[in-house]
Amino acid sequence: MIPSAFDYTAPSTVDEAVRALADAGEDAKVIAGGQSLIPVLRMRLAAPTKLIDLGRIGELRGIREDGDTLVIGAMTTHHDVQRDPQVAEHALLLKVATDTVADPQVRHRGTLGGAVAHADPAGDLLAPVLALDAELVLHGLDGRRTVAARDFFVDYFTTALRPDELLVEVRVPRHTGWSAHYEKFSRVAQAWSIVAVAATVRAEGGTIAEARVALTNMSSVPVRAHAVEQALVGQPATAEAIKAAAQHAAEGTSPSTDSNADTAYRQHLARVLTSRALTAAVGA
Amino acid sequence: MTATIEPEVGKARLRKEDERLITGRTRWTDNLTVPGLLHLAFLRSPSAHAKILAIDVAAAVRLPGVIAVITGRDIAQAQGSLPCAWPITPDMKAPPAPSLAVDQVNFAGEAVAVVVARSAVEAHDALEAIDVDYEDLPVVLDMEAAVADGADLVHPDLGTNKSALWVFDSAEAGTGGDVETAIAEAEVRIERTYRQQRLIPAFMEPRSVLVDPTGPQITMWSSTQVPHILRLMLALTTGTPEHKIRVIAPDVGGGFGGKLQVTPEEVVAMVVAQRLGKPVKWTESRSESLVSAHHGRDQIQKLTLTAKRDGTVTGLKVELLADMGAYLRLVTPGVPILGAFMFNSIYKFPAYRFACTNVFTTKTPTDAYRGAGRPEATFAIERLMDELAAELGRDPIEVREQNWIRNDEFPFTTVCGLEYDTGNYEAATARAKELFDYDGLRAEQRERRERGDSVQLGIGVSTFTEMCGLAPSRVLGSLSYGAGGWEHAAVRMLPSGKVEVVTGSSAHGQGHETAWSQIVADQLGVPFEDVEVLHGDTQVSQKGLDTYGSRSLTVGAMAVLKAGEKVIAKARVIAAHLLECAEDDLEFAGGKFTVKGTEKATGLTDIALAVFAAHDLPDGVEPSLDSEATYDPENFSFPHGTHLCAVDVDTETGFVKIRKYVCVDDIGTVVNPIIVEGQVHGGLAQGLAQALYEEAVHDESGTLTTGTLADYLVPSAVDLPHFDTDRTETPSTTNQLGVKGVGEAGTIASTPAVVNAVVDAVRHFGVRDIQMPCTPQRVWTAINGGPTDAGGLGNEAGGGLGSIDASGGAL
Repeated sequence: MIPSAFDYTAPSTVDEAVRALADAGEDAKVIAGGQSLIPVLRMRLAAPTKLIDLGRIGELRGIREDGDTLVIGAMTTHHDVQRDPQVAEHALLLKVATDTVADPQVRHRGTLGGAVAHADPAGDLLAPVLALDAELVLHGLDGRRTVAARDFFVDYFTTALRPDELLVEVRVPRHTGWSAHYEKFSRVAQAWSIVAVAATVRAEGGTIAEARVALTNMSSVPVRAHAVEQALVGQPATAEAIKAAAQHAAEGTSPSTDSNADTAYRQHLARVLTSRALTAAVGA
Repeated sequence: MTATIEPEVGKARLRKEDERLITGRTRWTDNLTVPGLLHLAFLRSPSAHAKILAIDVAAAVRLPGVIAVITGRDIAQAQGSLPCAWPITPDMKAPPAPSLAVDQVNFAGEAVAVVVARSAVEAHDALEAIDVDYEDLPVVLDMEAAVADGADLVHPDLGTNKSALWVFDSAEAGTGGDVETAIAEAEVRIERTYRQQRLIPAFMEPRSVLVDPTGPQITMWSSTQVPHILRLMLALTTGTPEHKIRVIAPDVGGGFGGKLQVTPEEVVAMVVAQRLGKPVKWTESRSESLVSAHHGRDQIQKLTLTAKRDGTVTGLKVELLADMGAYLRLVTPGVPILGAFMFNSIYKFPAYRFACTNVFTTKTPTDAYRGAGRPEATFAIERLMDELAAELGRDPIEVREQNWIRNDEFPFTTVCGLEYDTGNYEAATARAKELFDYDGLRAEQRERRERGDSVQLGIGVSTFTEMCGLAPSRVLGSLSYGAGGWEHAAVRMLPSGKVEVVTGSSAHGQGHETAWSQIVADQLGVPFEDVEVLHGDTQVSQKGLDTYGSRSLTVGAMAVLKAGEKVIAKARVIAAHLLECAEDDLEFAGGKFTVKGTEKATGLTDIALAVFAAHDLPDGVEPSLDSEATYDPENFSFPHGTHLCAVDVDTETGFVKIRKYVCVDDIGTVVNPIIVEGQVHGGLAQGLAQALYEEAVHDESGTLTTGTLADYLVPSAVDLPHFDTDRTETPSTTNQLGVKGVGEAGTIASTPAVVNAVVDAVRHFGVRDIQMPCTPQRVWTAINGGPTDAGGLGNEAGGGLGSIDASGGAL
């Protein structure tokens, strides 16, 4: 279908973009890679009066190290995240999750910042961002502020972003030497995850020193499986120990029911997939 | 002397049409334009069942670029009622079927108004400015509730939701025994209820229609499978004389039965173009296609199979509820009836009864979808044969073999009265078992089951047959179908020796241009490249019955062959004249007439030039070799095959992964193995999709919740296994080519093979059925002792685009 008419602007700096966003008012929409927004526009489920395209803002692209933090520009494409050696070394979980996103065409257009700001609870990059204790840098008329991932995701498709703010950076603390796995469960390859589990582990000599586990599509926002993380500390990196800890995966969750899965089945999947994700991560 | 040329038939030719079809640099309907073209957009009902109290178009008509906004009331007379060509019983109930709803909408997605504008954008913008006042009526969604006493009615004027009851009983027909007797005397009785979920054909090219009323004939380009049927039906529906209508189906990007239709949009485009005197075009969006183009399948099958304790089948009783949706489209009521003769399949049932109740609901109308009636039947019988084997504790192939028609029993008249000409089920099954390593996988299955492996192996069998080559006209007549089943062709010899073949069987991706060229090249002895196949334009191909039901090769190509025979017969007279011999002294081979026992010869292409000049023809012989033929088949053809499927079922999650798929099909003589391979692969993909992935789901208000391809799960190549395909060749004896048809085989055979495999993998957990599609949640729930139809709509927002209601409001 054909979207409703809208004005379009493509600023070349973040400051210009923020000003354009403020000027355009609440009916404006920011477009990054467009992989979620364009279908919604085409089905006329959204009819913004103005689109602000971040595609020409060079400063929003790229990956750099800043001390103990990996800084990923919001407009860095999934493809670039996948291929970046710094990401592979210091935030392996983000790389392996990005590998599972859609198909090469989407990964060349879609961006990390776009996916995070869209905050689709079935999106595959929210859980890794949460598991890695990332911080999101938001830029508005009043300047920049930093919000922890655990505070950023508020509800379905809703974040801590204020109307005049852009997500400009994803700051990931270095998890150098952590193994990782993203276990995704969907009915067909090209579908959203029914449930997925992001797991990253630091092991010392066959013992799990630290673990981070976050769940996709188990709530209106990505959720950390803290009980699993705590149960794993000091445990041997074996399938049996992991399986026991993974039984805590669904604690405190009340996932939605839809045509693919009801609440109880999703909770069951969370336990099974957590066990598999951790087992794969530690290579047990 | 005969030149030894390698025959074209049987050669793995790459398809002539592929370059343009694959690159898209061709004449799809939406690629076409004409001067002064206006664009249409349809406003569709968000309500599944409602009275239309008022439609206010005042704001919409004032918008920029808008030429007109037309409601059903505006064209109530001109649009007529959409045709149904298959009144299956004399007392069948059929409601009026307006293209634009006038007083009442009966499914969500039904068109209620059309905007005509200078651009497609302006037309879509104006949809939002139309205000329709609906008064909701109770929805009718469940077939069993719809046929119960006191049910809410879709069409109150009909007084019932039952459209028709159609019965075949072998005792009454004199073709077999009485099934109630068989049931009363049964040693083993298998009673099951299976559900054929509603599917969406999901062709790749969305529907598109362009109508130009400015010439001497009104011309319609449409992405249709049936240009000839469409032309006649447009005339009958709108009152425009048939000879004033030209229909062109340019390249068409898939149909699968979904474009075997006379659509509301085609009729409205024609009426509007005529009313305005201006050309108009409409092209649908994907979400519009999913909700408004006809759906397929949707049956509840109540089945009873009886057998002796030794495994010999004694009777089969089939009671169907078939969902028509809100209206009867072109062949809607006949689709389940096409399955009536296939439930008995390859087995020697002595007694059989089939009774189908066609039911109205407030859903999108159903109609033909790849296989049309036969996949439903094949699913039922192949599932039942596995259940019989399980009941008896025997191997499912062994029980089938005990009951199937042996190779030495052909020709065989079935309990339905159909005569199967040929078949060799033993050969196809033996080959399939060998390719599959059936015994090896059975051994592995036992081992893994004993070990309690969390991933269980299941093996599914489907030994199917189908009836192809629609159809002998007298048979269609006996089934009250509104037309015959013949096909027409013409062969034209051009002066330069090139050949034009005109076929009434219009391809929409099947590869007719290549296959027909191969057949004609062999027959006339001309190069493959020198044959051009013309189709799809009623001005070029003036006569035909189009493409569906695996009929093109068995009926359409036979017409080509018959026309070619007439060309040769005409040429023979002239050759005899030119070579100064008797006609009987000539033999024709490799494109040449040779005087027997001599070197004297003349080629067909030389004769074509001589005929063009017409300087030296025998007295009374017309200067033309061009010939036409209309071929009516004597019988259906009966392709068959053995499909074996192995699945790994992850018992922890319920996820089903197809590990191995082997099919050995017997489709008779093969014209082009690459085309056959393509048809089999595509058919398997669609059959597997029904087993595991696809379902059109409606919520309690009648809204289609699978209204985008994010929710209606069409599998991609990543989701499909490698297919091990092979063939046995038992030529059909009912046509000269020995062909049987392959367009629907994969779809018909594969669905039960997959579901049988899934059930086989988890039968030891006490599971004997899982409803399609066998989603992970359904499989997992069944393993854990829950219902077979687990999962539902849910009422909370989930994640993904899938959570967005795409069918609400203006599409």
